[in-house]
Amino acid sequence: MTDWRSPAGLALALFMLGLLGLLARKNLVFVLMSVEIMLNAAGLLFIAAGMRWSTPDGQIMFIAVLNLAGAELAIGLALLLRLRGRLTTLDGDAAILLRDSS
Amino acid sequence: MMFWAPAAVALATTMLAITRANPVHALLWFVVSLLAMAVIFFGLGAAFAAALEVIVYAGAIVVLFLFVVMMLSLDRAAALREKIFMARPVWVVPIIFVALLGAAIAFAVFGAPMPQMAGSAVPPRDVALRLFGDDLPAVELASLLLLAGLVVSFHLGVEPKK
Repeated sequence: MTDWRSPAGLALALFMLGLLGLLARKNLVFVLMSVEIMLNAAGLLFIAAGMRWSTPDGQIMFIAVLNLAGAELAIGLALLLRLRGRLTTLDGDAAILLRDSS
Repeated sequence: MMFWAPAAVALATTMLAITRANPVHALLWFVVSLLAMAVIFFGLGAAFAAALEVIVYAGAIVVLFLFVVMMLSLDRAAALREKIFMARPVWVVPIIFVALLGAAIAFAVFGAPMPQMAGSAVPPRDVALRLFGDDLPAVELASLLLLAGLVVSFHLGVEPKK
């Protein structure tokens, strides 16, 4: 069985890559994908911890993370579609006004 | 070998995914990354989680992503604009901060002495017994969360009448 440190290090690296994409990209499709990468990294950490302590709790938390990712993505993509219909662009910078720009 | 090869694939494809200009290409790299993660889960002794990773993540979530990208009907101009935006040095400051934060977390997690313990595989039977036994409220909460997501998507998906 693998040492727990290597999956934990991989989870850290993937989380940081997702955070990097979240900070550096402007297109909202990529921002949502970066959030998915970060959630997936958290799931990997839960699985590794579940293996380290030989308990099913890690996989149960992974299933919870999976649920959260699904619900978050559904709402995020619905918001994305509405934003596209309103602004005709997907740049996050375009949605800085909380009121109608008319 | 069961860990390092898929780990390298996952890291490389994730890096490719967050640097593409075309969303469809990025999503396809992301699928490869998720499949590599499923192999890692399998190697860690979590076979059920590996199956869920392929079925739910790569099969449902990314396909939802792809459908929405199709509905957005992004054209070449959008990809070109993104490419022009990424040609500027937008990565420098985020890389500095992410490296600092990652180094701090790595020091906190791996710097501390921690007793080594050989983990063991967790079969799906144990997961199911716990999930539908002691942790049954978590299942109910998950269904509530998904119901809330469904209601919000329906509410947001309806275009308001002009």
